[in-house]
Amino acid sequence: MARYVVTRLASLCLSLVVASLVIFAVIEVIPGDPAAFMLGLNAEPEAVAALREELGLTGSVAERYLSWVGGMLTGDFGTSYTYRVPVADLVAARLAVSLPLTLYALVLSTAIAIPVGMIAAAGRGRAADIAVMGTTQLGIAVPNFWFAMILVLIFAINLRIFSAGGFPGWEAGFWPAMKALTLPAIALALPQASILARVTRSSVLETLGQDYIRTARAKGLSRRQAVIRHALRNAMIPVMTIIGLQFSFLLAGAIIIENVFFLPGLGRLIFQGITQRDLVVVESVVMLLVFSVIVVTFLVDIAYAAIDPRLRRRG
Amino acid sequence: MTLLAAEGLTLAIHGTPILRDVGFAIEEGEVFGLVGESGSGKSMTALAVMGLLPNGATVTGQVAMGGRDLISLPEREMCALRGNEVGMIFQEPMTALNPVQTIGDQVAETLVVHGAASRGEALSAARARLDRVGLTADRFPLTRYPHELSGGQRQRVCIAMAVALRPKLLIADEPTTALDVTTQAQILDLLEGLVREEGMALMLITHDLAVVSGLATHVAVMQTGEIVEAAETEVLFRKRAHAYTRALFAASEHQPDRAVGVPPVPEPVLEVREVVRDYTLPRSSLFAPAPKLRAVDQVSFRLAAGESLGLVGESGCGKSTLTRAILGLEPLQGGEIWLAGAPVLAPHVPNEVRRRMQVVFQDPFGSFNPRHRVDRLVTEPFHLLGDVPDRARRIDEALVHVGLTPADKEKYIHEFSGGQRQRIAMARALITRPDLIVLDEAVSALDVRIRAQILDLLADLQAEYGMAYLFISHDLSVVRAITDRVLVMQAGRIVEAGETEQVFTAPAHGYTKDLIAATPRIPSEWQAAGLVGA
Repeated sequence: MARYVVTRLASLCLSLVVASLVIFAVIEVIPGDPAAFMLGLNAEPEAVAALREELGLTGSVAERYLSWVGGMLTGDFGTSYTYRVPVADLVAARLAVSLPLTLYALVLSTAIAIPVGMIAAAGRGRAADIAVMGTTQLGIAVPNFWFAMILVLIFAINLRIFSAGGFPGWEAGFWPAMKALTLPAIALALPQASILARVTRSSVLETLGQDYIRTARAKGLSRRQAVIRHALRNAMIPVMTIIGLQFSFLLAGAIIIENVFFLPGLGRLIFQGITQRDLVVVESVVMLLVFSVIVVTFLVDIAYAAIDPRLRRRG
Repeated sequence: MTLLAAEGLTLAIHGTPILRDVGFAIEEGEVFGLVGESGSGKSMTALAVMGLLPNGATVTGQVAMGGRDLISLPEREMCALRGNEVGMIFQEPMTALNPVQTIGDQVAETLVVHGAASRGEALSAARARLDRVGLTADRFPLTRYPHELSGGQRQRVCIAMAVALRPKLLIADEPTTALDVTTQAQILDLLEGLVREEGMALMLITHDLAVVSGLATHVAVMQTGEIVEAAETEVLFRKRAHAYTRALFAASEHQPDRAVGVPPVPEPVLEVREVVRDYTLPRSSLFAPAPKLRAVDQVSFRLAAGESLGLVGESGCGKSTLTRAILGLEPLQGGEIWLAGAPVLAPHVPNEVRRRMQVVFQDPFGSFNPRHRVDRLVTEPFHLLGDVPDRARRIDEALVHVGLTPADKEKYIHEFSGGQRQRIAMARALITRPDLIVLDEAVSALDVRIRAQILDLLADLQAEYGMAYLFISHDLSVVRAITDRVLVMQAGRIVEAGETEQVFTAPAHGYTKDLIAATPRIPSEWQAAGLVGA
């Protein structure tokens, strides 16, 4: 198992290096001088040159790459062109919204999807299964911003249980902040839960057809016991893959929902960064997202090995 | 005293009749053999007794056990009975265990689920049962996972699991069909010992008459959902009253007519010289050199035109690797392979060489693309020949030669039975008019009667075309029936080679002797008294 973890870690580091090179190269080849852009059309060449110096855009490619990576390793992500504040602070403030929102949505989606998927699989072809398949189809098809607006209409405007948007900050206390994130989390969780429930259903169904389930039944386990003791753990392997992918998607992919609810999240930050050609911000946020994807993948790999002893020996 | 009595058992699945009026009785502590071909309803009979029929099954009739009728017993009570009073093991040990749980937990679960013991007690009971089935604590601690065990060892775990609560009846559905002959002998031995020592009855389901002949007190023969004949084993084997029983015996003893005495040909079709194939295993530590597994070790032999050569050995002995090397699918670490005067060098074997050898695999279901018609399947090797002008005629010819009709070329593979599919595989192999056909367990998945037909076909085709056969099988009786010479392989080496009859009647090597001794055989005096056969 230790060997497995070490090889996975090595592969994680290698992926990070490759990703950083790719991101840096892409940003390098984008046309347009950020300094000229920021200072406007009538800027003096001297002023542009001075800004380039300040932004660290001078020097050879290798120097710039190394100083960028070196900075990130020491927590210095550079300074945003437009906001004129350290990117690290900017990202940290946005992460304080996006990370809890992502986890919230993910917990909701998983907590709903896995039992629902199992119930559907256990009663394959029966009423519960048909209802689940229909509902999840709808959940995938409905645009989540529309669903978000319906949620606002019902819970904020009519029932007045939640506010329609905005984020009070964690300084306002844990519960008020969580309350502000509840409707966005539900809106985000709906399509994810629908996908996950379907994956769980088909995975459990496949596992139920395996010979070892028949063996378990021959031992005297009831259908339900066989599902819980033998099918579930085996069925969780594809489910975890999807959960890992969903985490990465939600972290930055919530931009529409952030806009609907006026949340200062990462998605909006990167969108603004791109429109304002704030390349330092874009570069850093993209790198952060890549980092999170790779780390989550690593965690999923470790979880695979924890579930499946056959993987532990492999490097 | 009767332990279990089935009466008027009739079963349909989604309206399709599977069993018709099946009745039998199993005495306490006896071995009851249920014999028949695939699809005859043997497994469904067992599953009906266990109450584990698939969805859509409707069953009528009675299965009386201990004053209850198992067919009408509520599911809760069936759960209490399964594993406790009736245990069951299945054919495929490789997939019968949960891959993510230790063997100890899986054996202990039988006790825990029936409330017979706490987890701790159950684990020590599991230890005792695993010891009993021959998996000792030093080599097989409870913390082992199924993937760390061989097929035979896994079947032992399944047996330990099924007998953990000392049931009155153990149902074994083809328990040794997926195993090697020596492993089969050990498992049958183990089952026999359990029956004797624990007074357990055994319902042994198999397609192999020889397996029941050595074990069962009573035998019933099943055909298309009905029991056509049932009697005490010796009586049934001697009388063979029903026509179907006679057909089964005849097929299992079938000896295809072969032209005896191969004309000596100076130039061999295939020559294998000191072939070595190593596999690199994963390193044990980062800096240690990677260990190697020698799968094929200095193997040499020659195969003449028109000759049939058998290759026997247990799984893992290297016979599949050697086969793949001959087909040019494995790079060699030493030695050389020559086919009709040209070297076979993996991985780039010229078409001119490749068309001279074709292969027929074991699985008649998995070795065809289900979306292609037969004409396309059969002509797959045509790319080796370049432009074939008389394509249509050759397809028809190949199909007729293997006993099918030209009209069959329009069909898809799912429209054929297992035996017909193997005929199509033969047609595909024949179509390039090869010098060598490799038959890799080509009849192992077939029922005895179909197998007899295919063996006849192989003999006829060889007489007509004079190609050489390399016949790989774990089934010694088939090899004996169809080959002129035989090679015995163990741990990558050929340990014995010679004329087939010679090797089988007077084996020289200890391993060959073990293999032959392990092969179940119907007692010869029983066969002699038969009306038909022998």
